[in-house]
Amino acid sequence: MTTTQDSPKFERSVPKPVFTDAEAGAKEFPDSTLRHYNYYKPQKRKQSHYEDVTVDVQPDPRHYLSQGWLYGFADGRGGYPLDWTALKAWGSDKPSPQRGPGTGGMMVKDWPATGWHEFRDPNEEWELTLYRYNSNVVRQVTQNVEAAKQSKAFEQWNPNWVRFVEHHVGAWMHVDHGLGLYLFANANRRAPTNMHNNAISVNSMHRIRAAQDLALYNLTLSEEIEGFDGGAHLQTWNDDPAWQGVRDVAEQLTAIDDWCEAIFAANVVFEPLVGELFRSQLVQQASPRNGDFVTPTVIGAAEYDFAERDLRYTTAMFELLTNDKEFADHNKAILTDWLGSWTEKALGAARKLQPLWSQPDAKPPRFEDGLDRVKNRFSGILGQLGLEAPKELAQ
Amino acid sequence: MSRQSVAKAHQKIQELSWEPAYHEPVSQYGTDYTFRKAQKKDPLKQVLRSYFPMQEEKDHRVYGASDGAIRGNMFRQVQERWLEWQKLFLSIIPLPEISAARAMPLLFRTVPNPELHNGQAIQMIDEVRHSTIQQNLKRLYMNNYIDPAGFNSSLRNFQSDYCGTIGRQFAEGFITGDAITAASIYLTIVAETAFTNTLFVAMPAEAAANGDYLLPTVFHSVQSDESRHISNGYATLLMALADEDNHQLLARDLRYAWWNNHRVVDAAIGTFIEYGTKDRRKDRESYAEMWRRWIYDDYYRSYLVPLEKYGLEIPHDLIEESWNQIWNKGYVHEVAQFFATGWLANYWRIDPMTDKDFEWFEYKYPGWYDKYGAWWENYNRLSRPNGHKPIVFEDVDYEYPHRCWTCMVPCLVREDMVMAKVDGQWRTYCHEMCKWTDETAFRPTYQGRQTPNMGKLIGHREWETLYHGWNWADVVSDMGFVRDDGKTMVAQPHLDLNPDKMWTLDHLRKCPPLASPNVLLNEMSDDERTAFAARYVKGGPAGRPAPADA
Repeated sequence: MTTTQDSPKFERSVPKPVFTDAEAGAKEFPDSTLRHYNYYKPQKRKQSHYEDVTVDVQPDPRHYLSQGWLYGFADGRGGYPLDWTALKAWGSDKPSPQRGPGTGGMMVKDWPATGWHEFRDPNEEWELTLYRYNSNVVRQVTQNVEAAKQSKAFEQWNPNWVRFVEHHVGAWMHVDHGLGLYLFANANRRAPTNMHNNAISVNSMHRIRAAQDLALYNLTLSEEIEGFDGGAHLQTWNDDPAWQGVRDVAEQLTAIDDWCEAIFAANVVFEPLVGELFRSQLVQQASPRNGDFVTPTVIGAAEYDFAERDLRYTTAMFELLTNDKEFADHNKAILTDWLGSWTEKALGAARKLQPLWSQPDAKPPRFEDGLDRVKNRFSGILGQLGLEAPKELAQ
Repeated sequence: MSRQSVAKAHQKIQELSWEPAYHEPVSQYGTDYTFRKAQKKDPLKQVLRSYFPMQEEKDHRVYGASDGAIRGNMFRQVQERWLEWQKLFLSIIPLPEISAARAMPLLFRTVPNPELHNGQAIQMIDEVRHSTIQQNLKRLYMNNYIDPAGFNSSLRNFQSDYCGTIGRQFAEGFITGDAITAASIYLTIVAETAFTNTLFVAMPAEAAANGDYLLPTVFHSVQSDESRHISNGYATLLMALADEDNHQLLARDLRYAWWNNHRVVDAAIGTFIEYGTKDRRKDRESYAEMWRRWIYDDYYRSYLVPLEKYGLEIPHDLIEESWNQIWNKGYVHEVAQFFATGWLANYWRIDPMTDKDFEWFEYKYPGWYDKYGAWWENYNRLSRPNGHKPIVFEDVDYEYPHRCWTCMVPCLVREDMVMAKVDGQWRTYCHEMCKWTDETAFRPTYQGRQTPNMGKLIGHREWETLYHGWNWADVVSDMGFVRDDGKTMVAQPHLDLNPDKMWTLDHLRKCPPLASPNVLLNEMSDDERTAFAARYVKGGPAGRPAPADA
């Protein structure tokens, strides 16, 4: 048996655990069982997780913001002015409570005070959902491209299709990027509720991610296909007459001041008439006929973003406004004006793209057929919003 | 993705931006700064293909820990003294976070560098992450901590309470006024680069010492994003410095932003760390020691001072004055004492200090007991209702302070209070610097220069004004700080949850009406006002009224 000498005792300075019994249910007292956020009414019977992390984070002087906004722009206006859009939700014209010495907080008990606060994102996006969704997309896209590399799938592409992808599929990245940043990210400062602005910011990330997906796909193709010109998309975007209509409209979209008009023009008009026409009626149709099963998976991710998520929140947002109990007619009149103007622009841009249909060796379905299909879908979206198809659609 | 491929990918995505050929993007926010187009590199170098999975992995860790905390009964070891202050902190912080997201577009048109816009868009979605992950943490506390009151009414409270209003500057300052002042200097250069160190690093360490390991889990995850945002601010600052015309505005904005952050963040976080903890080991750092390390050494000396050679005018005097306020003038102690004085206007419970706390304070801040000890003994004595009124109405050698018009923290270091008639109204300020912010900085001209884009201080900045003349029971009821029996207050000046020991509206009904110091100030004659100011500045420390012979 060996003996060891005790080492000198050294007690580290660390906080000591203490039993406090501070867990739920340990005692009964007033409020001890009131374990839900009690400052807002849920859209449905029960408060959702999404609502708990979103609703009322952005305050409103018409609710609990008794001291009002504290910092303003040079014109003295702070917060999120309702007149940053011409559309109105019920209650919009009712002035905020006029508080002053001795008035008290004048909390608005009849809540919501305006129809704006009725909006809930049907996708229920918050940080957990947006990272899960987008991580899944980038993983899937990366795996698809990687599998294609390993199976030498790009070798099956005919030269004309290679040119098509480098020029035209590549050019669409600029639309996604420009709208993602300068329309959607920009609009996340403009809407009067946190529910709107969070949904818009998630939309922005879909577009920026889709743009990067295309750029990185382009990079892979430059490495995998001999003679693939990774810079051709720039030349197309800058100079190809077929793309100048799309570019013109994309730039006009970023120039819109009214945040509702920007979202409406982009997601209700431009995307169905131009985005889906290009993605679903051209690229997705032409790719397999030209031996390309990879590009549709990249483009398909962006198509899903729009068709299943971004359009979904947009529809919910504008449905409320076209069915508004006070301003439905006002909103429909303005939306109809916007529709006329943006439909004309979008169709002009779509038609300029027509030469693309004849470029692949194996042709996609006819341009006019594709255009008819997107027009039908567009009319369906308008029907859901209670809006008439504009006469410009007959162009 | 490997590092090499991230670099290559990042280079590739620079091809995405384009110069408008037909229409300029809308310009909705102004600045008085001027920028030349410059090829500043995106400091974040983030590509979404790697960014999203990285954030998802961080989420896995956060939510795994949350699950573990519940399964492991973390709340059996959490100090109530600590969690109660989280009712204030977590009611405030989701708004500054989401406001930072909303602030990013202010920079798109004003900083002409598309490469930086990429980083700003990623910061935008990071901030959405922070706001919602913090709301979720609060939800978890509400569901699992013994006393949900105050968590369950969190955002209503925050939006109507005077403490929430102080914290709200830390959000509204990001999204209004001159775009660069707000979204760059105030938000990224000062708030994120300097003060998130105490917010998101120092404070979580204190949480862990009080049995709460979820706050560090969430906030360290948040802080790992903040470090990227700091790079965003730095790149914009270097672009601004390149034009000498901007130097005057940079000097103005650094002075405003530094001082306001010091007044607001040091008040709140200093109080949480010093008065919300039960960890009284003598070798644990005090807030002053943390401040010296995180803010003075890491930010001021390592980050700010090296920028001086590029022409940035550093507010050395204000940084020293902030330290002077914390170390010599007891700023944090004065604020904590005020929070406790006004406990009845809040929505959390404030634990009295004990002999063990006194000993620690005296050790860390020599002379503390002589200034504050007797008052805290009175606080403890008056904490349970027993025929007396809340401490603010009792004779404990404390004079209710006037409120600073600019930072909205009361004028607690009495000797520093200054007064001015601005925009036709007499206002009090906690310090000459806050007076300068209102009178000089937030104006359409600055030192003879036109500054048409500078923002404005607006709103009902003195909370008491709204309730001038009201009975306190009606005030608390109006704000909604009442529990579900309709009479017991959410706030309590102790941690005893025995309903017999809790204050109710009935107790408040017997108290004198609330009087707004600012309304009273404006009702005074000029002579009375001069006499009031002369007396006020002779008061303190620890809120003591000026001696009768002063």
